[in-house]
Amino acid sequence: MSTANQAGAVIPQRLPRIGNRSKRVLPGFGLSLGISLLFISLILMLPLTGLVMEVSAMSFDQFWFVITDPRVVASYKVTALSALAASLFNGLFGLLLAWVLVRYEFPGKRLIDAVVDLPFALPTAVAGIVLATLFAENGWYGQWLSKLGIEIAFTPVGIAVAMAFTSLPFVVRTVQPVLEELAPEDEEAAVSLGASDGLVFRRVIFPALWPALLTGVALSFTRSLGEFGAVIFIAGNMPYVSEVTSLMIFVRLQEYDYAAASAIASVVLLVSLVMLFAITLWQARYLKRIEGR
Amino acid sequence: MTITVDGINKRFGKFQALNNVSLDIPEGKLTALLGPSGSGKTTLLRIIAGLESADSGRIAFSGQDVTKLHVRDRNIGFVFQHYALFRHMTVAQNIAFGLESLPRKQRPAKAEIQKRVRELLEMIQLPHLAQRFPAQLSGGQKQRVALARSIATRPKILLLDEPFGALDAKVRKDLRRWLRNLHDEFHFTSIFVTHDQEEALELSDQVVVMSQGNVEQVNEPTELYARPDSRFVFDFLGQVNVLSGEVKHGSLSQGNAWVTVPGIRHQGNAQLYLRPHEVRLATTPAAHANLPLRIEAVSLIGSEVRVELRPEGWTSESSDNIWEVGISHAEFNQQRPTRGDLRYAVPEVGHLFTGKDTQPTTVSWAEAESPPRVRLIK
Repeated sequence: MSTANQAGAVIPQRLPRIGNRSKRVLPGFGLSLGISLLFISLILMLPLTGLVMEVSAMSFDQFWFVITDPRVVASYKVTALSALAASLFNGLFGLLLAWVLVRYEFPGKRLIDAVVDLPFALPTAVAGIVLATLFAENGWYGQWLSKLGIEIAFTPVGIAVAMAFTSLPFVVRTVQPVLEELAPEDEEAAVSLGASDGLVFRRVIFPALWPALLTGVALSFTRSLGEFGAVIFIAGNMPYVSEVTSLMIFVRLQEYDYAAASAIASVVLLVSLVMLFAITLWQARYLKRIEGR
Repeated sequence: MTITVDGINKRFGKFQALNNVSLDIPEGKLTALLGPSGSGKTTLLRIIAGLESADSGRIAFSGQDVTKLHVRDRNIGFVFQHYALFRHMTVAQNIAFGLESLPRKQRPAKAEIQKRVRELLEMIQLPHLAQRFPAQLSGGQKQRVALARSIATRPKILLLDEPFGALDAKVRKDLRRWLRNLHDEFHFTSIFVTHDQEEALELSDQVVVMSQGNVEQVNEPTELYARPDSRFVFDFLGQVNVLSGEVKHGSLSQGNAWVTVPGIRHQGNAQLYLRPHEVRLATTPAAHANLPLRIEAVSLIGSEVRVELRPEGWTSESSDNIWEVGISHAEFNQQRPTRGDLRYAVPEVGHLFTGKDTQPTTVSWAEAESPPRVRLIK
């Protein structure tokens, strides 16, 4: 590279990396990165700094007291378990949905493809009210389920249902493109080697989908951790039983206790951040292996 | 195992990919399916493998009908143009895949599988790369791994879809030789698809030339080259020089070019096909031919000097209106042909297609220098 630079003729062997002093092929790196960083700062970092500032006004004992309040801890459990159930359900169902949308041709396919995004478009509060009405004891689903002795509305199960509803698109939309790009030859090769359909899925298709699926599930999980609008209408909001963490934050806000609200919010934020970061790291390692170097 | 292809038809929408194709592939031979893109060669290979189903017709292995048999039960090895290696598995895991996919009763023990994988790695000369992932291999290495993977379960039939198509020229040549040795050692019945005539002629025992969903001709490479059945096969196999014109009084002419064709009774349109080695270059016209050409390019690479010439005062149907003549290096050193020189092509042997005939008549002007003593072959 250095001799090429001296000669003035630069033929880059690979895309330049940040920190590489050689001339870049694509112009505007500084400008585009600058604008990106500015917006990340304004939209993401500044509000988060505000949160941290608010929290830092508290002493550690105060902070610890707020976030370990038994009612809040109970809400962590409810939220985490519901979010886990919802994201696992979405992992399964979202994979199936993506599979159907990519692999088969059927009338109405485009329509279903569009409907998948509906939970993103719908105001979450509307979704919450609709779900609460459906699953209430006299609702369309609720009246049948109650005969079977299953209660969904105003229980943690209801919370999971609402969370699953609002975060389904994450899984479908992360898995779908990967599934579309899967080379048919890989499956043909596996089948020509005598593999059964199950084996082809387990050993050829699934390992290729796995990183995307995990990302989808993680996104679904973190989104569920923070879900508020859809959940509170169906949750019943009974202390220690069906209160979610975002409701606890809301309650603190209504009491004008901004510091406490920020403290609880920071816990949710930290968990989400650590999880997403861990998954990104793991995925980078996995993809590095598949894509070489 | 012999392979019988019997009356296979295949349509994709309105496109007739295969048109009533019947073929016999002999046991233990390496057969090439050769044709331009869209000729149906890959479709035929995929139907033989069972990756595609035919609209009608029958496929049999050693007389046993396998038309309805699923690809996984046909026990064939299939090699793809773009390798189709499993990216998340190591080289060793890739090769072991077929063995591990066997039904439990036939599946060898773990140690046995490992031993077989080691053998195959030795065979493809890549034992040091066993733990690498496909992304870390070169194209040639990937294709060797793909080959090893496809023969791990010892299939009797090996099918290869443009196996060297994605490789560069040097690697391609090495791999070709290597495949030939592999075939000779294991005696599969192999079929490979290619659009490269040189590859087909060099590598195979038998060539099936295909065009637009039909089989044009089946023969050994040397026979095929020496006796093409049709204009298409002639055109497709190697460079050919064409003089297309009208026959009058025993002479084929167009513009200021003419060639006497001894013993011809035909009157009207005809095409004379000449291979590069069937023509000499002279500085004066011969008694039996006047084919003035101007030298466009001279290529010294190879065992022969290749001279490209453009017709002077007439036109040719050859590709780009160019004639190609091969002369020896000795001749080159003597004559020193250079770009822009005028030369006369002197045909020694030629192949004449008259009217709508599909079969050519071979014409020889042996010892044709004056006085012309000509004879007609065939």
